[in-house]
Amino acid sequence: MSDLKPSDPTPSDLRSTPLEAEHQRLGAHLTEFGGWNMPLRYTSDLAEHRAVREAAGLFDLSHMGEIHLEGPAAAAALDHALVGSATAVAVGRAKYSMMCAEDGSVLDDLIVYRLADEHFLVVANAGNADLVSRELVQRAAGFDVVVTDRSASTALVAVQGPRAEEIVVALATEADAATLRALPYYASAPVTLATGARALAARTGYTGEDGFELFVGTSDAVALWRAALAAGEPLGLVPAGLAARDSLRLEAGMPLYGHELDTTTTPYEAGLGRVVRLDKTGADGAPVEFVGRAALAARKVSPPARVLVGLRGEGRRSARAGYDVVTPAGTRVGTVTSAAPSPTLGHPVAMAYVTPEVSAPGTALAVDVRGRQEPFVVVDLPFYRRATA
Amino acid sequence: MATYPEHLQYSREHEWVDASAPAVVGITSLAADALGDVVYLELPEVGAEIEAGAVVGEIESTKSVSELFSPVTGTVVEVNQAAVDDPAVVNADPFGEGWLFKVDVVAVGELLDAAAYAALAD
Repeated sequence: MSDLKPSDPTPSDLRSTPLEAEHQRLGAHLTEFGGWNMPLRYTSDLAEHRAVREAAGLFDLSHMGEIHLEGPAAAAALDHALVGSATAVAVGRAKYSMMCAEDGSVLDDLIVYRLADEHFLVVANAGNADLVSRELVQRAAGFDVVVTDRSASTALVAVQGPRAEEIVVALATEADAATLRALPYYASAPVTLATGARALAARTGYTGEDGFELFVGTSDAVALWRAALAAGEPLGLVPAGLAARDSLRLEAGMPLYGHELDTTTTPYEAGLGRVVRLDKTGADGAPVEFVGRAALAARKVSPPARVLVGLRGEGRRSARAGYDVVTPAGTRVGTVTSAAPSPTLGHPVAMAYVTPEVSAPGTALAVDVRGRQEPFVVVDLPFYRRATA
Repeated sequence: MATYPEHLQYSREHEWVDASAPAVVGITSLAADALGDVVYLELPEVGAEIEAGAVVGEIESTKSVSELFSPVTGTVVEVNQAAVDDPAVVNADPFGEGWLFKVDVVAVGELLDAAAYAALAD
């Protein structure tokens, strides 16, 4: 072994979530992520991953950005600022969307929750939250809407896994139990927790499992975290860190900003062209001009230089982000963006950008793993899809 | 402060050596914890002549890849095939069942005793 990365250097400029002391108490390995000091794992990446697939995992997502838009033109402002249609989102529902630059490149991928007719919540990635917040303020100028970044006063705790519903129902008042059980995927509802705190419960997540994300005020975070552990542990829930979150989302084929998405990528390369609504119309039925529209419209009709694919490893060795994808003859055809040994499937998986000619499922490729060619085959994404009842 | 077995010697690269004959080499609990779950081991082949301080293999975890350095010079006489087959044993028992390879030692590199390693580690 060479030098170890120091296990928990806490540079003073790293931000802390309200749950940091809880993580330390649980013995978490902390790591820098998006400018935050976050739990990487508590015990074992693999055990945490498996717990989410088989029972439930508890995640601290308080590093995510929460930006609210309120006012008569909230939907119109978002229609202009993002590539999707906020107008088309029903109250109580949520939509995966992206913020693009004028050139069509992705500034962030985010979730838009419509909390009321004139009230939206935008949840942005931790590392992009400040940028998204600033851009939303700028892009909303001239619209009758107030943009408020409430990231600093909002904590976010996720319960993910097949036992998530039972656990979250146990955390809420009896009056809200039915609401939670009936909550559809990509929907949200305000609930009162048994601790007395108000929470926004959303049936969303980033693991490929059923699950809930609970937004609460920062002062309510510790009580919620402890209550979730107490209610969930008998059902198999464990606290889960960023390492498990990453391997879970990779198995589920979900993009990670900074890996599959960045400012050199448009949604089309990432296979997410469906989130771009070039034809969106506002509440009045008129076409909507949005930031990046012209570039994206042009990109949509031009042949892609590269496409995102799934790769299944035939051997035991995992690829890593940044490794070259090559043909069996050794010609470089792409780059790995995310990779891991899949705990659920038992073989290595990777996402990679490759040239279109080698992107068809079944194509035999290789990844240059530190000088050795390891065989991989192109497969459809996601790698893992949960069995639905 | 973690404790490290007193009868072992340690490298600054977080390997341990049991100086019996042949010498047994593994990685410390500190290294195993820092790596996370070990999923793949590449160890030197039996018969290989290895040198203290040289890279002799790789340890791959779910999240990272680390080079394995030899803390001793000599000839590899055995590798732990059970650990190659199920690398989780390196996390579960780094100082025991998770040993990596055995060497007929000609010379040792710079090694620390348990107290000195613990001081380095903490």
